[in-house]
Amino acid sequence: MIGGWLQSLGHSGLCFFVRLGRSALFMGRVAAGLPSLLPLPRLLVRELHSVGVLSMAIIVLSGLSVGMVLGLQMYNTLVDFGTEESLGPVVALSLVRELGPVLTALLFAGRAGSALTAEIGLMKATDQLSVMEMMAVDPLKRVVAPRFLAGFLSLPLLAAIFSAVGILGSYFVGVGLLGVDDGAFWSQMQSKVDLQEDVINGVIKSVVFGWVCSWIAVFEGYDAVPTTEGVSRATTRTVVHSAFAVLGLDFVLTALMFGD
Amino acid sequence: MNQSDSDDLLVRMRGIRFAIGGRQIIDGMDIDIPRGKVTSIMGPSGTGKTTLLRLIGGQWRPQEGSVEVDGVSVHRVGREGLYRLRRKMGMLFQSGALFTHLSVFENVAFPLREHTRLPEAIIRHLVLMKLEAVGLRGARDLMPSELSGGMARRVALARAIALDPTMIMYDEPFVGQDPITVGVIMQLIRRLNDTLGLTSIIVSHDVQEVSAISDRIYMISDGKVVDHGSPRALAESASEWVQQFLHGRPDGPVPFHYPAPDYVADLFGEAS
Amino acid sequence: MNRERTIEVSVGIFVAAGLAALFMLAMKVSNLSALGERGGYTLTARFENVGGLKVRSPVRIGGVRVGHVTAIDYDMQNYEAIVTLVVDRRYDRLPEDTSASIYTAGLLGEQFIGLEPGGSESFLGDGGEIVQTQSALVLENLIGHFLYSKAAEGS
Ligand SMILES: Nc1ncnc2c1ncn2[C@@H]1O[C@H](COP(=O)(O)OP(=O)(O)O)[C@@H](O)[C@H]1O
Ligand SMILES: [Mg+2]
Repeated sequence: MIGGWLQSLGHSGLCFFVRLGRSALFMGRVAAGLPSLLPLPRLLVRELHSVGVLSMAIIVLSGLSVGMVLGLQMYNTLVDFGTEESLGPVVALSLVRELGPVLTALLFAGRAGSALTAEIGLMKATDQLSVMEMMAVDPLKRVVAPRFLAGFLSLPLLAAIFSAVGILGSYFVGVGLLGVDDGAFWSQMQSKVDLQEDVINGVIKSVVFGWVCSWIAVFEGYDAVPTTEGVSRATTRTVVHSAFAVLGLDFVLTALMFGD
Repeated sequence: MNQSDSDDLLVRMRGIRFAIGGRQIIDGMDIDIPRGKVTSIMGPSGTGKTTLLRLIGGQWRPQEGSVEVDGVSVHRVGREGLYRLRRKMGMLFQSGALFTHLSVFENVAFPLREHTRLPEAIIRHLVLMKLEAVGLRGARDLMPSELSGGMARRVALARAIALDPTMIMYDEPFVGQDPITVGVIMQLIRRLNDTLGLTSIIVSHDVQEVSAISDRIYMISDGKVVDHGSPRALAESASEWVQQFLHGRPDGPVPFHYPAPDYVADLFGEAS
Repeated sequence: MNRERTIEVSVGIFVAAGLAALFMLAMKVSNLSALGERGGYTLTARFENVGGLKVRSPVRIGGVRVGHVTAIDYDMQNYEAIVTLVVDRRYDRLPEDTSASIYTAGLLGEQFIGLEPGGSESFLGDGGEIVQTQSALVLENLIGHFLYSKAAEGS
């Protein structure tokens, strides 16, 4: 009974590491394919469109509503201590350090990551990747690399947009509706938010998330069992694994960056 | 085996053994594909016909044995050499495998754009020529989702011959097509083979069609070559299995029943 | 061709929006525009006790933010804390006898260094030291003093 349980635990542990190893090798081959994109900027532009531009709407909307809700809730707490001018720094710090990168990465996994997996998986299931190989065209360079790069570049930009829009949302609620002083909102924010410590560390987080989420998405697609069911499973895995990876890495990165 | 005989072979497979997913799919096969001829590989579904094509194309690697194409050992040349070799091969996948995000024209232009630096005017010229050969010059602006199954296969064929390969592999070209389309495809295969001097390999289980256009047929089952020869010779084959397959008899060496325990014991065994 | 153009334009807008957002985070939200290390000169000051002062705590003159704390060390020779601060170039005419105190904004707010210009004719330069300092008021000590004096009064 216990033996069987331990065995299955060990088995899934081994499977996990085998998969991790394979995806690392895969990542290496994709990275090696990135330079070959230089003469083909069009490929990258098309993927930036489907990965970045099409994710803008959900990012702007979510950023705005998160910022507005933060503004409202924080104001209600801060006003009891008579420090409602701290609304600016409180909202800006939570967005720039945590919520911007993390929520953007989660939304990205659901919107763009799953689409990347499904697209690559379906190309595999309909032999489009095999046919490319038979034409002596490497699908890793032609199909996977531009999608990976587009995801990797898009996420930090999306996260910055999320944070900026969120801060504007809380400004709208705090200063516009609740009457926090305009000058104090910005000057307090500027005196508390540090470029190096907060903004750049937040950007570093989103770069790491962009790398991990894009990696997971293209690997799951490329590795999918080439059937309809296999692709749908892979799509689900992309979202779930990305969420775990982002939340886990966020904890580690936060401890490393802000932990002293 | 004399010199002229081996010169005439484009593909030579020796002692191939291949297993995937824990199953021995191919269990020791020798296959020769003569240059300039139409050679067919026939067998029931799931015997590994597509697998054979993937082994020839170097997508998969056999656990044992060797595959030589045009005198080059497919699994020993490395990535560069393999890619050079593949430019001599065209392959028509069972599904057609057109790039769904590209138009018919761009699908056919794809290999030209990837492998040549030709000016746009010449690419256009070549693509229209290839589309004309399959009778679909007028469909150049359609997207793959707007094509019927037969048309998709013909576009895929135009794409497969875009780089003027020496040989072309067809995976189940007739499956799921209406009789007229089957006729069109048969005619195309034969015509391309003879006019372009191609070597054709057809994988199929359609007895009539294959017998009509092949110069040579390999019959495979359970990972082994059962018999091979010209269509006429095979029709006279002494193998019971070949006779059952060619005439589509429901029972014979290939049993109607999947292996099972004794029927009576099975029915009443559970109750007791 | 037209579709291709739309895609290119929308990607351009996306990248521009992302860069604009990054620019806003750097210039409007954080303190990049307020003070750069390059635009300031450093001073040191010694305190008996710095209380809750931190690196990056503000330095103010008359309530106006003029700089920030860049380092806090402890001198084991004299048993004093050494605070290094950087002050914006614009405020480079601080008299030599300027005094520094550690204040708390509000009862429980953040701590900052307040500078009080003196009357000297010569000014502090880069690397100068503020000699007159007043340590942080530590709330616990204050309460302790208060209770002690009350108790002494009562007896
Ligand atoms: N990627 C794969 N993983 C595991 N088994 C496979 C894979 N591809 C094919 N097979 C198995 O190999 C056998 C032969 O497949 P295939 O060559 O496609 O047969 P055919 O083309 O003759 O119908 C089938 O039983 C199939 O289940
Ligand atoms: Mg098949």
